[in-house]
Amino acid sequence: MIPLSWYMSLAAILFTIGAYGFLIRRNVILMFLSIELMLNGVNLNLVAMSHYMESLHGQMFTFFIIAVAAAEAAIGLGIVISVYRNRHTIHVDEINQLQG
Amino acid sequence: MFAKFFFLYCGFVITFCGLAAVHLRNPVHCVLGVLVLFFHMAGLYLLLNAEFLAAVQVIVYAGAILVLYLFVLFLVDIRKELLLPRYVDSRFAAGAFAVGLLVCLLSILRSFVSGPHGSWSIAAVSRVTHTRALGQEIYSSYILPFEIVALILLIAVIGGMVLARRDSAVSGEGKRPEEEK
Amino acid sequence: MPAYLLLIPFLPLASFVFTFLLGKRLGVRCHWVPIVTVLLSFFCALIAFNDVRHGRTLNHDLYTWINSGNFRASVGFLLDELTAVMLIVVTGVSSLVHIYSIGYMKGEDGYYRFFSYLSLFTFSMLMLVLGNNFLQLFFGWEAVGLSSYLLIGFYYEKVSAADAGKKAFIVNRFGDFGFALGVFLVFVTFGSLHYETVFAHASAMAGHSFSIFGMSFDLPTTMALLLFCGAVGKSAQLPLHVWLPDAMEGPTPVSALIHAATMVTAGVFLVARCNPIFSLSMTALNVVTVVGAVTCLFAATIALTQTDIKRVVAYSTVSQLAYMFIGCGVGAYGAGIFHLFTHAYFKALLFLGCGSVILGMHHEQDYRSMGGLKEYMPITYITFLLATLSISGVPGLAGFFSKDEILAMAFASPVGAGKFAWFIGTLVAGITAFYSFRLLFLVFHGEFRGTDEQRRHVRESPAVVTVPLLILAVGAVAAGWFGIPHVLGGHNRWEAFLEPVVGHPPGHLSGSTELLLMLISILAGAVGIALAWYIYIFRPTLAARVAGRVPRAYRLSLNKYFIDEIYIRGLVEPTLVFSRRVLLGIVDLGIIEKIVNGVPAAIGRFSGVLRKVQDGRVSHYLVYMAGGVLFVLGYTCFGF
Repeated sequence: MIPLSWYMSLAAILFTIGAYGFLIRRNVILMFLSIELMLNGVNLNLVAMSHYMESLHGQMFTFFIIAVAAAEAAIGLGIVISVYRNRHTIHVDEINQLQG
Repeated sequence: MFAKFFFLYCGFVITFCGLAAVHLRNPVHCVLGVLVLFFHMAGLYLLLNAEFLAAVQVIVYAGAILVLYLFVLFLVDIRKELLLPRYVDSRFAAGAFAVGLLVCLLSILRSFVSGPHGSWSIAAVSRVTHTRALGQEIYSSYILPFEIVALILLIAVIGGMVLARRDSAVSGEGKRPEEEK
Repeated sequence: MPAYLLLIPFLPLASFVFTFLLGKRLGVRCHWVPIVTVLLSFFCALIAFNDVRHGRTLNHDLYTWINSGNFRASVGFLLDELTAVMLIVVTGVSSLVHIYSIGYMKGEDGYYRFFSYLSLFTFSMLMLVLGNNFLQLFFGWEAVGLSSYLLIGFYYEKVSAADAGKKAFIVNRFGDFGFALGVFLVFVTFGSLHYETVFAHASAMAGHSFSIFGMSFDLPTTMALLLFCGAVGKSAQLPLHVWLPDAMEGPTPVSALIHAATMVTAGVFLVARCNPIFSLSMTALNVVTVVGAVTCLFAATIALTQTDIKRVVAYSTVSQLAYMFIGCGVGAYGAGIFHLFTHAYFKALLFLGCGSVILGMHHEQDYRSMGGLKEYMPITYITFLLATLSISGVPGLAGFFSKDEILAMAFASPVGAGKFAWFIGTLVAGITAFYSFRLLFLVFHGEFRGTDEQRRHVRESPAVVTVPLLILAVGAVAAGWFGIPHVLGGHNRWEAFLEPVVGHPPGHLSGSTELLLMLISILAGAVGIALAWYIYIFRPTLAARVAGRVPRAYRLSLNKYFIDEIYIRGLVEPTLVFSRRVLLGIVDLGIIEKIVNGVPAAIGRFSGVLRKVQDGRVSHYLVYMAGGVLFVLGYTCFGF
């Protein structure tokens, strides 16, 4: 049996990679991609715990997370398209009109 | 034995693909890396006796969401993109944050205490298949979140159409009065 | 409390408010309200005097303004013999000046303003005199200073007049500083500012001392000297006399009222009122006497050479006030007040007479353009002559009795400087006679030295001007008859009347000594008159030759001993330099401006740095948020 802590460590690593990618990339689309990585890390954590606690609650949660992540990706990319149409850029540090 | 090897293999690939996705210059390559990563995630789910979720992961994530990402990437001029800098100017602060986050998360692990076990042991899940088990749970205890998620998806559909629509009808009507002047 | 007592100060106050606010609209008729109110005050003062004569004195707090701990500030009235005398002087001379001003100020700009200020002054002086506590005295003190400033600078468009007003106020401030310290000391010592309490316990002060910075001072002496500072300022004694000659810039009725009869006598009033304190300190009494004596001589010598007729009379006032201080300084407060009383009449008369001459000469004030005016202005001449005789101490007239009383008391006094004061006083009596008659002869006798234009305009002044002169002349002659000394067969009712307030003068003279002293002073006066007659009537060219023989002394006298110049060089300029270089340059521009500008500049720089946080770049915002999350997570994990 693979100990739970392995799964959780892997999920933590995946989450960190996702967060790191989110913070450093200029391309907005790739930032969203990193969010998906983070969500996957969370999913892995939940499924692993659900497995080890012999209950299905974690997997239910994962199920819904996947659905919502899909919706969020759709809307987010829709916004990216709108911004691209207005600003003709998808680089996040060029969209600084709220500069104070 | 096999499980451990499989886990290590999947874990290694996941880590490697994650780092690749974050660091590659060509966005399409990043998406492909993530694709590989999702397949191996599905593999891990299989190891955890969650077959349905593995299938959903591949179909929805790899099949739908990543395709959506690729379509949006077509808007961008990839050739120009390759020449521009990849990273934001605050990379080192982000790196410090990542290190700190990892340290925090890994140190919490030691103090994890599991709660009471539920009723769905591995044997119970395999007896009624995983799909049926999930179905039983969704349609009994989780019916309300299910409906709400359905609503969310509806909103996503409508929102996506509204946001991405080109306002050609409105600008067309607006032009004619200007031309008359 | 009798109603008439309230009317005395508050009628002029009402008149001030009324005339100041509405006078402009009334035009020439605005003088009726002030005149009626001041005459009513005068009649009430007579009633008050009558009451006091029958022993009905009064001490009543009208209104308590502040009651905090053991400090009680109230408006209160004290009516005793001293107050009664002062009331008569103030309201009487004020009424006459009001009537006189109808003629003198006719056609002037700001006619209503003049009368409103006169009412304000009358109110202030009456509050000063009627007060039953030091605080009210101080209020009146400052208020008369204010009125003086307003009236001296009445022709405010003239720079010299505005400057003179400022000078009067500022020089007074020097004295008032000491005065205020004295009042503080009174409160600290006695715990109350009411005369009743203070004077009742005054003798308990004797021999006490208080220490500051390791030095110990005798309590009664310090208190008396501090209070005396105020008197020196207000009554224009050395060294704070410099404002009085400049105050002649004001209209002549102002000079008569304020700078002869009433305001400048407030200092003498103060010393007389505080006689329980002064009597405890021989040092203080000596100081008062010496200051009086020196000022007396000093001012008299300056009056010898002045060419402006009002200046001569101004220096004469300083000199006569000094006599009053000599009187108080040797312990004969009653005699000092007696001279105050008689002086009010003949000095006011001298000033108003000058005013009449100035009117006739179309506002010419230099006697070098005058001469032989007795043909043109007979009434003015007669009254002026009577005043001059009075001031010169000619026997039988008012000035003789009061001046001789002072000189006799000075001689007999146990105060150390008494004999010195007597000697100076007698000498100055001669000088006074000389310069007073010099003025009379140069203005009214001899040949007219003015232009033909002026000769055509010269005529006697209208009745509103000459009638007050005549009334004052009666006073100048008869006012002294209240105090005819025993040695000449009189009852000296004056001294008896004031005794409950000022006590019995120390020192006693035998009748023969007194007569001898009287003779000496008459002789001095006669010599002065004779010398004046000789120089200015008999041999008119002699004056210039005498002046030529002693050019240095002449110049010293003509330029008032250069005291103004000394003050400017020694006090004013260093202060200006200090304030410009140090206070402006270093403290204000260097330190305060730097802080006041520096703090906002620093804040600006800091905010410039802070502003960079909100640069609109989402990636930076994300890092900030991530940092926050990490902080919270770390705190939860590791609990630092």
